[in-house]
Amino acid sequence: MKNSKPVGLFVSMLFGAALCGAGAAHAAKISISCGAVGQEYEFCKTGAEAWAKKTGNEVNLVSTPNSATERLALYQQLLAAGAPDIDVFQIDVVWPGILGNHFIDLAPFAKDVVKNHFPAIIQNNTIDGKLVAMPWFTDAGMLYYRKDLLEKYGAKPPQTWQELTETAKKIQDAERKGGNDKMWGFVWQGRAYEGLTCNALEWVASYNGGIVVDKDGKITINNPQAAAALDTAAGWIKTISPEGVLNYTEEEGRGVFQSGNAVFMRNWPYAWPLAQGPESAIKGKVGVSALPKGGADGRSAAALGGWQLAVSKYSKNKELAADLAVYLTSTEEQKRRAIKGAYNPTIESLYKDQEILAAAPFMGELYDTFVNAVARPSTVTGAKYNQVSNEFWNAVYSVLSGKAKAADSLAQLEGSLKRMSRGGKW
Amino acid sequence: MATTEAEVADLATGAASTATQVEKSQLTRSRVRAAWLFLAPMLILLVMVAGWPLFRTIWFSFTDANLSDLSNAKYIGFENYLAYNDGEWYGVLADGEWWNAVWNTLKFSVISVTLETILGLVVALVLNASFPGRSLVRAAVLIPWAIPTIVSAKMWSWMMHDQFGILNHMLMGIGLISTPLAWTASPDLAMTAVIMVDVWKTTPFMSLLILAALQMLPTDCYEAARVDGIHPVRVFFQVTLPLIKPALMVAVIFRLLDALRIFDLIYVLTSNSKDTMSMSVYARQQLVDFQSVGYGSAASTLLFLTVGLCVVLYMTFGRVRFDGR
Amino acid sequence: MKRLFGWIAFYALVAAIILYSVFPFYYAIVTSLKAGSQLFSVEYFPTTWNWDNYVSVFREQPFAYNLLNSVLVSSAVVALSLFFGVTAAFALGRVQFRGRGLLLMTVLGVSMFPQVAVLSGMFELIRGFGLYNNLLGLVISYMIFTLPFTVWVLTTFMRDLPKELEEAAIMDGANPWEIIVKVFMPLMWPALVTTGLLAFIAAWNEFLFALTFTLTNTQRTVPVAIALISGASQYELPWGNIMAASVIVTLPVVVLVLIFQRRIVSGLTAGAVKG
Repeated sequence: MKNSKPVGLFVSMLFGAALCGAGAAHAAKISISCGAVGQEYEFCKTGAEAWAKKTGNEVNLVSTPNSATERLALYQQLLAAGAPDIDVFQIDVVWPGILGNHFIDLAPFAKDVVKNHFPAIIQNNTIDGKLVAMPWFTDAGMLYYRKDLLEKYGAKPPQTWQELTETAKKIQDAERKGGNDKMWGFVWQGRAYEGLTCNALEWVASYNGGIVVDKDGKITINNPQAAAALDTAAGWIKTISPEGVLNYTEEEGRGVFQSGNAVFMRNWPYAWPLAQGPESAIKGKVGVSALPKGGADGRSAAALGGWQLAVSKYSKNKELAADLAVYLTSTEEQKRRAIKGAYNPTIESLYKDQEILAAAPFMGELYDTFVNAVARPSTVTGAKYNQVSNEFWNAVYSVLSGKAKAADSLAQLEGSLKRMSRGGKW
Repeated sequence: MATTEAEVADLATGAASTATQVEKSQLTRSRVRAAWLFLAPMLILLVMVAGWPLFRTIWFSFTDANLSDLSNAKYIGFENYLAYNDGEWYGVLADGEWWNAVWNTLKFSVISVTLETILGLVVALVLNASFPGRSLVRAAVLIPWAIPTIVSAKMWSWMMHDQFGILNHMLMGIGLISTPLAWTASPDLAMTAVIMVDVWKTTPFMSLLILAALQMLPTDCYEAARVDGIHPVRVFFQVTLPLIKPALMVAVIFRLLDALRIFDLIYVLTSNSKDTMSMSVYARQQLVDFQSVGYGSAASTLLFLTVGLCVVLYMTFGRVRFDGR
Repeated sequence: MKRLFGWIAFYALVAAIILYSVFPFYYAIVTSLKAGSQLFSVEYFPTTWNWDNYVSVFREQPFAYNLLNSVLVSSAVVALSLFFGVTAAFALGRVQFRGRGLLLMTVLGVSMFPQVAVLSGMFELIRGFGLYNNLLGLVISYMIFTLPFTVWVLTTFMRDLPKELEEAAIMDGANPWEIIVKVFMPLMWPALVTTGLLAFIAAWNEFLFALTFTLTNTQRTVPVAIALISGASQYELPWGNIMAASVIVTLPVVVLVLIFQRRIVSGLTAGAVKG
């Protein structure tokens, strides 16, 4: 194959020339979907335009919906129709398995740089031996806490969920007695959506309860540690977490925390600059740490999030599109984005970069969290991931809302996953 | 359709009553020709935009199509609907979640359409009266309908937020509730919340259509009633309601159709929670989230059949019940 | 005394209706004037007059274009559906022919299919016609929900118009087209304006088709543009901007209602015609 590449290039150039006549002199136009508007769009735009200038091509930015589910639906529609309108896709960390069929293998274009990225993400993005997407930036769940309140009541950032429960309860009750009857202990994402899968996966994994489906495709979720984790979480509802948390996404929870009405919050790194922003009610009073462990022998587990760049196999300029994807995920670009926009790099060496650490100190403190983030079982379950995730969050949701016992719910989940996977074969 | 057939037959004979038999049949024939001529563009357009997508969905419902590779779909008969395999039932009809969605949808549709009809009537009657500032009120009433659903659903979810939502704040302010309610999260309240927002959003649709019907009523019946000194409430039930019934029926049908297919409001407000999942949300989840185009198409086709059944029931039932013209 | 009480009750009802319809919109305006963390507190009146949100809506994207697109698409949809609706309503409401009931049911059947199920077939159709990322594609696809509705509503109204009028016109030798334009249209203003307005708003607010069938920012309609407004980062919800955009989107519709509302209330009550 390698030998035939220049020939292929030559043929495609001939073709291009034949198709658009004098068009050979014209530069190609690459369409990339990233962000919608706002800061994310700006960063993508400056990066892509720098590439365009360097290579003498044109780029066209396509805005897609901010909501991940809507974005995925749109991508599926375009890709299922084989539409060549978008060349480079920005995809979520759980989508390679779902959309992988439609993307080209990027390994030949990025073979020198692949080893610089976090191996876990590269592995996540490799489907059937094909590297379908380049890691762009990463995300991981972290624990936000109110430094001032913890100090006031002489508490330390919790190491285990039990400690968190106790500390939250103590501070919440004391603060309510002190007059703030809106105070709650802990807010997180409990709505029946992908965010709940992330939250629940963190609890289960922190109790050493596995990640629902292990990397060989075996369904592992029905175990006592997982049940204990869910029971702990169910115990929070109406004690340290409001009932409304069952319909919270990231922003609802941040609203409660940032208006000063919660002691702890589980959220992604994006909340950090906002909580520390000039208008925040809790500016300067926020601390972050890794998520608690599930008991003394548990571990701290953060769900892996983040976005990748993939190249459509229906693209008319695959090589150029791949070049753009590699450029945007390069060390220089990731460094620029980390410093100016606090996007977590996917390149290990950048976490020791002094300029980055000066701009976003938590990246250094939580380095271990980012490196060891737990991936959702999206690679092994492939196209069925959304179904698995849906079953999982529904099972968790029914435990949290008190409709089912954790053990029963997990046994049932195991059954339906087995049926879905035809006995773990996926 | 029996009443309308009779009416038109009546009209045709009426129009031709002074003419001879020959002229009548000629007239009728040219009118029918004109009718088809007038219908043709509408029909062509509808077949064009609706025919292919509908046909395609029904076809896919008999295949194992998957969104990642539609061209490889194989015909599998009724397996997406119902199939028996190794002692277990598969298919949409054997899925408890589907029946849960059907039940949710029916409950939602009946309650919200009833509320919307009653409220719509009240609003339309108010707007039908003449009073200073009426035009502004009319514009104000339309506002909920004018805000895009995706926005109004988000707006309400913010207003219903249990901690900093204004709804709880207001209700606590006037002492109706003592602790904040988790409107969209609590299983008991979620459906109420969805209905509340839907009624708010679509009442203007009803009231505007009823208002148009009220405005097109002949005035002489009212004058007669006023002269006879009949109480306004009786006039409403004995004169107005029967007269606007055809328009009301159509308004209700279209609301019912929309309610039975409800999607975006529930999707934004409560996501995929089972407590409020509607048939459309279920179908979308299968079609898009799970990529099972075949299975999702079967669910869509069943949804189509359910809606059709509801409409047929409503029309038969409606005619039997209030045909007092 | 009784009369006064009646008036008070009536105006109380009017006030309640206004409060119920407008309060969420009012709250959207209040919210659109807030910035940052203020969003998370309950306020009944605007405390700051912060217009940044309105400015940034227009600055961050071609929002003026989006508004124009929405106006173009919705107007075309209304014009087409009313034209097809009126002609079809005449045929279905005033002429007796076989298969009419079946036709009406078929037309209704079109609006029984869930939008998500029609989506991918429609997508292929639009691409097949080469109308992808083209406003015309949106106009045609919107017919699927506006046309059945207009046909049905107009048919009902057309059917109930007094027959003497039509008889007189037939006697004068008017052809069907003249009957529609000269006899029925003037009487149907309330119905035409009402269905037109409802169709306009339906097209104005449509999201799923608009999102799927357009690709570039300058071809997109307002609801999609609003959905695309995002904060600095993935999860952040730029609530102030969204509310500002929603207020801007709603205003044209309010203006439209104010312009056309005279027509909603005219027709038979104003004319001397009686049934």
